[in-house]
Amino acid sequence: MPQLGETVTEGTVAQWLKSVGDSVDKYEDFVEVSTDKVNAGVPSPVTGTIRELLVKEGETVATGTPIAVIDEVGAAATAPPAAATAPPAASIAPAAPAGPAPQAAQPAQPSPPAPSPNGSPAPAASSLSELELEGALRGASPAVRRLAREHRIDIRAIKGSGSNGRVTADDVLAAARTGAPAPSAPAAAATVPPGTRTSTYAQPIPGTTVSLSQARKIIAERMVESKHTAPHAWSMVQIDVTNVWKWRAREKDRFERETGYKLTLLPFFIRAVVESLAAFPLMNARFVPATAGGQPSIYVNDEVNIGIAIGLPANLVVPVVRGADKLSIKGLAIKGGELIDKARKNKLGVDNLAGGTFTVNNNGANGSWASAPIINGGQAGIVTMETVVKTVVVRDDDSLAIRSMMNSCLSLDHRVVDGSVASGFLAELKRRLEAMGPQGEL
Amino acid sequence: MAVVSSTSSTVMNNVEAVRATLYEAMKNDERTVILGEDVGARGNVFLITKDFIGEFGERRVIDTPIAEASIVGIAVGMAMEGLRPIAEIQFADFIYPSFNQIVGEAAKIRYRSNGEYTCPLVIRTPYGGGVRGALSHSVSIEALFYHVPGLKIVAPAFPDDVKGLLNAAIDDPDPVLFLEHKKTYRLIKGEVPDGHYTIPLGKANVRKAGTQLTVVSYGLYLHWALEAAERLTQEGLSVEVLDLRSIRPMDKTAILNSVEKTRKLLIVHEDNKFGGIGAEISAMVAEEALFSLDAPIRRLCGPDVPSMGYAMPLEEEFMSSPAEMADAMRAMVKF
Repeated sequence: MPQLGETVTEGTVAQWLKSVGDSVDKYEDFVEVSTDKVNAGVPSPVTGTIRELLVKEGETVATGTPIAVIDEVGAAATAPPAAATAPPAASIAPAAPAGPAPQAAQPAQPSPPAPSPNGSPAPAASSLSELELEGALRGASPAVRRLAREHRIDIRAIKGSGSNGRVTADDVLAAARTGAPAPSAPAAAATVPPGTRTSTYAQPIPGTTVSLSQARKIIAERMVESKHTAPHAWSMVQIDVTNVWKWRAREKDRFERETGYKLTLLPFFIRAVVESLAAFPLMNARFVPATAGGQPSIYVNDEVNIGIAIGLPANLVVPVVRGADKLSIKGLAIKGGELIDKARKNKLGVDNLAGGTFTVNNNGANGSWASAPIINGGQAGIVTMETVVKTVVVRDDDSLAIRSMMNSCLSLDHRVVDGSVASGFLAELKRRLEAMGPQGEL
Repeated sequence: MAVVSSTSSTVMNNVEAVRATLYEAMKNDERTVILGEDVGARGNVFLITKDFIGEFGERRVIDTPIAEASIVGIAVGMAMEGLRPIAEIQFADFIYPSFNQIVGEAAKIRYRSNGEYTCPLVIRTPYGGGVRGALSHSVSIEALFYHVPGLKIVAPAFPDDVKGLLNAAIDDPDPVLFLEHKKTYRLIKGEVPDGHYTIPLGKANVRKAGTQLTVVSYGLYLHWALEAAERLTQEGLSVEVLDLRSIRPMDKTAILNSVEKTRKLLIVHEDNKFGGIGAEISAMVAEEALFSLDAPIRRLCGPDVPSMGYAMPLEEEFMSSPAEMADAMRAMVKF
């Protein structure tokens, strides 16, 4: 399973484009994989013949897991399967380190049982990777999780004796005694117990279970990860957008006529954000945790790639405008328009999603007045545009005026920046946005 | 664990066991004093102290006014000054006026006097429902007191435990709340060893060994839990029933040992569920033995209503039953 995206840890085989026995050319897509938020064709690393498809359609496996065996044209046909398959399998997963490659041999050549802590031979599933084991344990009771870890058992392969087929602690122990069944049994059997009534995320029915789409699962994991690792702090400013709003109103019809994209407040806002990031580079950084033996650090990004959070009916995507600091408001409007278009049509590619350094969330589109967003993992902050409301404000000379006001909320990773930097950034953002318009060059 | 000085035994019910133990205490130690409403001339409403006043005199068997705060308050003073008072609250439902004396005084005296004074006081009281006692003769009070450090709470279910634990409570240098389930008073009979013996406070007892589920209970419900567990045995299922006996100190070791073995825990008690003894046991097991649990901990307890009603259907609705407990056990074993 190739790693389609830098933080992607697993993928689902959406569709096999080739069957066993089919020939395949190098770089020809032979499988469609859905990850995170992307459906992508995977090109064959070699020219040859499909010998074996190891993963069923709809099945989700960790990146680096072998999904197919391809006999390369010209390779010795009589060579043992493991030897023949290992190199292509390794190259099917180009982004994965070489480490997982030996596992390619696993289905054909089971590794010898590793000794379990009590000295008796562990069951066949002992070669499960940590990641596979973790995936298998979802929904299991604490005791089952502990025992499955201790005995390195893939509980998906156990026929549960509990209610609704639940795998019980005794089942795990029995499997450990008798030798576990093959670990290649159907995946995710434990996710939704059979007999449970189900419905979909788009049309949830009370009293039923909604099984998670790949995207939903990843959103859940990412949100928990970010919230648990990055200490979030929060701040908000009120921005007078009267002038920039007028500017936009003046330009929007012509802009849409000329480019085909709607002109919203978003590109103006992003422009102000990237300028403010230039003044506060620590907001465009990420916290790098300590690696073994090393010290934690902060990496200050040299690129300014702005993620735009877009809510879709069933999930959330954050396509990235790369090099946003080099684009004019017009450029940002066009690029943003393209990405939003693609997102709604579910056509975002891996490249559209990778590399974000800071995120903008246009929460106000839904009428929100203030929000506390969760930081996109690996970034220092996320800033929102809330709804624009006309309100009476008291100006510096004590006169009253009706102005279009917008709140902008910032969540920051407190490991990277402190309140002073965050407030400075927000003040800069406010100053720059208020200085825009009511006319000018887009 | 019981220190038994005789190998002979006598069959008696719980109320007889209380009476026999109190009688021995009065006989063996002149410092022992019994005080409470109707404990003298009337000989207690369950006749526990019948004829005591004739034998031991009204200086040691004291009929008090209907004033629970003063019953306990006087007993606290007696205990601090060297007597061994056994105060009776006629029904647990009447204990509230003495709450301040129990919680604010008795439980804190050792701490407050830096160990100079102790308060070797036993407060006995019949509690619990199932006797059509309605609002003021049915209540369980253990959860109101188990939060209080400095107070021991005992709730035996069997007559041999009644004797051993009541003796231990009388010997104990600190205050002990001794809860007697009145439905078990005459219902539960058993062999009680003759002679003086004690059972340590804070020790639970495995009344029935099993492998697939741990049931923790005490009082009347312990008997129903045993009955339910027996039904499951007929069905080929194996349930371990742990009699808590002492509510505080709580025998964590016994509970954890059992849960480590069975991996499932059901707590049944008559007292309300919310903030009850089961809540503390659940939290303790979740803290200490989460990775041994193969099923969510379950509590089968009294509903959160102010009282059981007088009408039979209302009381039955409040009280669990062996059948209901068996259902809960079966569901957990099969989970």
